[in-house]
Amino acid sequence: MITAAYLAGVLLASQAVMWALLRARWTWRATRTAILTWQAVGLAWALSAVGIPLAIGLEPYGRGVLGALPAFAADAARGQLPAPGRLAAICLGLLLGVLFVATHVTSLVQAIRTRARHRALLALVARRDAATPDVFVLDHPAAAAYCLPGLRSTVVVSAGALALLDRAELAAVLSHERAHALERHDLVLLPFTALCRFIELCRWIARRPVRSAPRWPRSAYEAVALLIEMRADDRALRQHGAGRLAAALQRFAATGVAAPAGALGVVGSGDGFGGAAVGGRTDDHLAMRIERVRELQRGRSAWLARALAVYALSVALVLLATPIHLLG
Amino acid sequence: MNTNRLGDLERAVMDALWDREAPATVREVAEQLADRKLAYTTVMTVLDRLTGKGFVTRERVGRAWSYRPTASREAYIAQLMLDALDLAGSRDAALVRFARSVTGEEAEILRAALGEPARGEAGPGPRPRGRRTRGERVPGEQR
Repeated sequence: MITAAYLAGVLLASQAVMWALLRARWTWRATRTAILTWQAVGLAWALSAVGIPLAIGLEPYGRGVLGALPAFAADAARGQLPAPGRLAAICLGLLLGVLFVATHVTSLVQAIRTRARHRALLALVARRDAATPDVFVLDHPAAAAYCLPGLRSTVVVSAGALALLDRAELAAVLSHERAHALERHDLVLLPFTALCRFIELCRWIARRPVRSAPRWPRSAYEAVALLIEMRADDRALRQHGAGRLAAALQRFAATGVAAPAGALGVVGSGDGFGGAAVGGRTDDHLAMRIERVRELQRGRSAWLARALAVYALSVALVLLATPIHLLG
Repeated sequence: MNTNRLGDLERAVMDALWDREAPATVREVAEQLADRKLAYTTVMTVLDRLTGKGFVTRERVGRAWSYRPTASREAYIAQLMLDALDLAGSRDAALVRFARSVTGEEAEILRAALGEPARGEAGPGPRPRGRRTRGERVPGEQR
């Protein structure tokens, strides 16, 4: 029971750290450390969530979860099942573990499929621009610039974006996109996509009304999504200067403002994740990024943010080490 | 090298079909691409592949197959833009966007290009998050 109590402590502490991360502003000045902190604390949360029922169920074996599982399997094969309560706990733990893995796999497979289809279409209808040979151009008046991640990532801009930006600004945007490709930010985001899917699945299994789902997984997803944008912004402004990046962001924001409220939110307001909020939030994100780049232009020192970031990361790593140690 | 050339050919064949605005047989496509000096069987292979991928549909006319694009070039571009602008309902971090800006009017035009209703993808009831919705597919796509 001690193990389960420790794990419960880790679960609560991870939740508290995530709560703090959601409200923190230092993360803006130390994006890489903040992203690592999110990863570590998210994994700690998931491991303890899976570990608590397993630890309760397997307690009689007295040799840690990973050590006890084979013994339990051997007993079960011989038809010796533990007490019903323990058995239920073990099943719940195993179910959570399977769901945890399955949501990651399905998220990845889904993303790979969407990308493959997107890539195939790009090959048919996108053109190459002489000025930027490694970039695909889509002939469409709406402004968009994005990275199609993969083993060979592709950067795509629309004709609308080309018209919107001058040369220097375009260079900053492309450098931002290449940063996404280089650091594989899609993989950074994957666990949080999986987490949202996991919550959705649990909700579906429990058949609880839509409103009662916890909001924090989605907020966590949004926070990490914003952080990877800022991280890519950092790379772009290091190469091309904060002024150009700010100008490019500003241009996107200025045309975006013309969109009537809810224009982006038309999609999917009904199905839990994303939907209206994706449109709305992303506009917020743009405003936050502009604000941040301006702040960086003013050149205020970031030592406090860095110190906080290192502290948060150490806390997260301790939290992560605890379930790994306890379960092993 | 081979895949690159094949991709290039697929694109050329699609362009030929889109430019014609009418179904075409293998021979007609080959004639249209005469400056590339392609073998009849090459064009046939490429059209086969495109059919397999669902970009082209074919039907028998007499003794030959007649091919036409499944959707217009504009519809495909619209589909890519919907993905890019995160309007397609796919939320699997498949793409990482710099920023996007789209007016309501543009969004409507994009959807109209796919011939789908504006709110078509918000299905009722709970379902696993991020599942691709039908609305993302180009009409008539074969998969």
